[in-house]
Amino acid sequence: MAYSWKKIGPVESIPVQGARRLGFLIEGQPVAIFRTVEQGLFALIDVCPHRQGPLSEGIICGATVTCPLHNWVIRLDNGTAVGPDEGQTTSLPVRIVAGEIQIGVPHTSEEAAA
Amino acid sequence: MNMMTDNRQRLVVIGNGMAGMRTIEELLNHEAGRRYHITVFGAEPHVNYNRIMLSSVLAGDKSLDEIVINPLEWYEDNGIRLFTGDPVTAIDRQAKTVQAASGLRVRYDQLLIATGSRPLAPPIAGLGLPGVCAFRDIADVNKMLEAARLHRRAVVIGGGLLGLEAAWGLKQRGMSVALVHLMPTLMERQLDAAAGQLLQRDLDRRGIAFFTNGQTEEILGTERAEGVQLTDGRSIPADLVVLAIGIRPNIDLARAAGLDVSRGICVFDDMRTSDPDIFAVGECTEHRGEIFGLVAPLWDQAKVCAAHLAGDETAVFTSQTLSTRLKITGVDVFSAGALMAADETDDEITLRDDGQGLYKKIILRDGRLVGVVLYGDATDGQWYLQLMRDKADVSLLRDRLVFGRALAEGGANKPAGPDFSAMPGETQICGCNGVSKDTIVAAIKDKKFTSLSDVRAHTKASASCGQCTSLVEGLLAFTAGVDAKAGKKTLCDCTEAGHDEIRQAILAQTLKTMESIRAAFGWKKPEGCHKCRPALNYYLLCAWPGEYHDDSRSRFVNERLHANIQKDGTYSVVPRMWGGVTTPSELRAIASVAEKFSIPTVKLTGGQRIDLLGVKKEDLPAVWADLNSAGMVSGHAYGKALRTVKTCVGSEWCRFGTQDSTGLGIKLEKLAWGSWTPHKVKLAVSGCPRNCAEATIKDLGVICVEAGYDLVVGGNGGVEVRVADPLARVATEEEVLEYAGAFLQLYREEAHYLERTAPWIVRVGLAYVKQRIVEDAIGRGALYGRFLHSQKYVQADPWAERARDPEAREFAPLLMEA
Repeated sequence: MAYSWKKIGPVESIPVQGARRLGFLIEGQPVAIFRTVEQGLFALIDVCPHRQGPLSEGIICGATVTCPLHNWVIRLDNGTAVGPDEGQTTSLPVRIVAGEIQIGVPHTSEEAAA
Repeated sequence: MNMMTDNRQRLVVIGNGMAGMRTIEELLNHEAGRRYHITVFGAEPHVNYNRIMLSSVLAGDKSLDEIVINPLEWYEDNGIRLFTGDPVTAIDRQAKTVQAASGLRVRYDQLLIATGSRPLAPPIAGLGLPGVCAFRDIADVNKMLEAARLHRRAVVIGGGLLGLEAAWGLKQRGMSVALVHLMPTLMERQLDAAAGQLLQRDLDRRGIAFFTNGQTEEILGTERAEGVQLTDGRSIPADLVVLAIGIRPNIDLARAAGLDVSRGICVFDDMRTSDPDIFAVGECTEHRGEIFGLVAPLWDQAKVCAAHLAGDETAVFTSQTLSTRLKITGVDVFSAGALMAADETDDEITLRDDGQGLYKKIILRDGRLVGVVLYGDATDGQWYLQLMRDKADVSLLRDRLVFGRALAEGGANKPAGPDFSAMPGETQICGCNGVSKDTIVAAIKDKKFTSLSDVRAHTKASASCGQCTSLVEGLLAFTAGVDAKAGKKTLCDCTEAGHDEIRQAILAQTLKTMESIRAAFGWKKPEGCHKCRPALNYYLLCAWPGEYHDDSRSRFVNERLHANIQKDGTYSVVPRMWGGVTTPSELRAIASVAEKFSIPTVKLTGGQRIDLLGVKKEDLPAVWADLNSAGMVSGHAYGKALRTVKTCVGSEWCRFGTQDSTGLGIKLEKLAWGSWTPHKVKLAVSGCPRNCAEATIKDLGVICVEAGYDLVVGGNGGVEVRVADPLARVATEEEVLEYAGAFLQLYREEAHYLERTAPWIVRVGLAYVKQRIVEDAIGRGALYGRFLHSQKYVQADPWAERARDPEAREFAPLLMEA
């Protein structure tokens, strides 16, 4: 799928082992950016596949986040639940250009928004 | 002669429920089972789900997703055609076809009828009114949940297993619940009168109103259900009426097809009906005069039926002695076999302890156990059941048998719990999922499992209602030598070390960071997990006040944002109200904040404060700033911390008050606020023994008397209500503060993270707490000193701090840049 890259601010705007939600929806869904100790940045649709909890408010360990509602553990790299729980939230591409975070917004959703 | 191009046999299943699909699962386990082309018709519009767990869905313990047994992919992966929401309307045995409601007609070579049962409906008026439902399927549960949201009063008709679980679930959902039962005692088919009465007493205490000997005359109402009228003149108002008086096998289809039916569809030992090409399993069947309502025999039927479909003609279904358990949290009931002596040659042996709500009865016939009823402690249920199934001679155990396994088998040297080496392989360990000892042992051996969670994830044993967890743990220990119980006491899966061990090492080895603790104990995950990080953060805060820097990233969201996350993702904010006392200007400030930020709900809490519910995350800093500027600080209503000090008005106003309870409450709150504790802590001060502040169900309560102050500790008003234990009587307010501070510090230093004072005191014993706080005056002074020292660093308003903190920007969402 084709993406267009949107700038959303400096890397430091996300705390290490923390996450922040975006102020706009992508394909009608809230999105959050997560930052790990290893300086990894990940973007997920901010909705736990279990009961729609806000993953961005969870505790981040390694490259996983624990949903604050019922403790499902979700992988930040691909959005899947760590077994034996089964489920997945969508992950979106992120990259850093000159210290600025950019998120890849799928073209379809842009057109839909336009 | 098979003329199809697809030379597989056509198997059609009528019914997409538990028994039918379990048969297919069993069939697919056979090599020969793959020779079928399978078509399934289900009347409900869902995939296959665990009907037994509907009561857990109703009670809010599980979601609908969690009770799905086989998702759509399972049908696809196994090449099964599934038609949901399409009941079969006729079977043509000559043409060997079934006709569905949609018009679809499908040929079969072999047919499996698994149509289940339907709820019995009494012949009374009003059954068709909106607000009346049964408790059988997902649609019923959805109706009940909707009623619980919109209405207040429910009546359940039927005091059997299902009715009681429905009543408890609705109670959990906040409805006021009455239960009408035709017989004098509850669950009379599974429990004798004594156990039924104990059950009624316990549920009555939990707030369910019982109408026994109650025959329903009609359901009242015109537009919707308004109440239930009993024949003896009693009338009960209701917005929801749930019928749970029993089930009746669904046999209409089989009867119309000319199969032999009686109460159920008659099946032989091979699960064939009177037509050898038609099988039947589940609650629709009748085998040797017996019909079925519990899950265990259905699993056996499924296994036998699948074997025959796969060409194994030797499998035989025999009905075993069945046992019953009730799925209500904290109510332990077990019964199997006879409920009472059949004649004078049978012997009943009874043990009854009304104080503890304990009741055990066993029934002996010719030296063998033929019945057991357990109430209050059902630990030994499976052991008794196996003795019955084995027809074991128990004459030698007779005088000890009723006391349970540990005593009966005598020996201090013999470990309590089942003897797994003597247990037959086919013994069912998990009734919900029909998992046998052999299956679990094989999984543990083949896959080299060492943890309960692995065994549970892969065999599903103990994954449904969880009552067999201790048995699965035992099997794990027996098979792999892993002590799952000891494993459970570790801090989390990252480490083998327990809470106490880690806390001692923090002090002994002066470990001052999470990294150093994880290094010292060889943590499995370098960053820990969501369980150990909050615990270690607390232990370090407690051990090194003023030195350790709180790690907000290891805090649960509520403690990180200083507000309680709600189910819709908004937050609730509770400002502190010292001793429950407020002023007009504080109330004005709260009112202004609520209006300014359009806060939808303003509610009084049980701890004498005001809760602002529905605050958006990005508004939190501004809400706090406004409350701060009116002199209010965080109430820590979100934290494992000191919550409230509830007071009555005391001697200042009350004609019964003996001391200034309000003033003392404020002093206590000023002393203790801001402290982090292993779990939440609630205090109260009552001005006289009438105890209007409910001090006896608080972690620490003070009851004022003329001679001074009675201190009580370890009370709890939650699900497991516990009355506080008396600690001491002291003479002065200063002593109250010292004892309270010392008690809180002892709890802070020695309880496990997430352990309330009540279970902590149960674990260490009241005598120990008294010895540390009352008898050892020097030790008490030292504890109090450490508490005061620790308080120096935490009594800063977290709201004001968070609003100044650079991380405060986190509350705002990230915006797209141009």
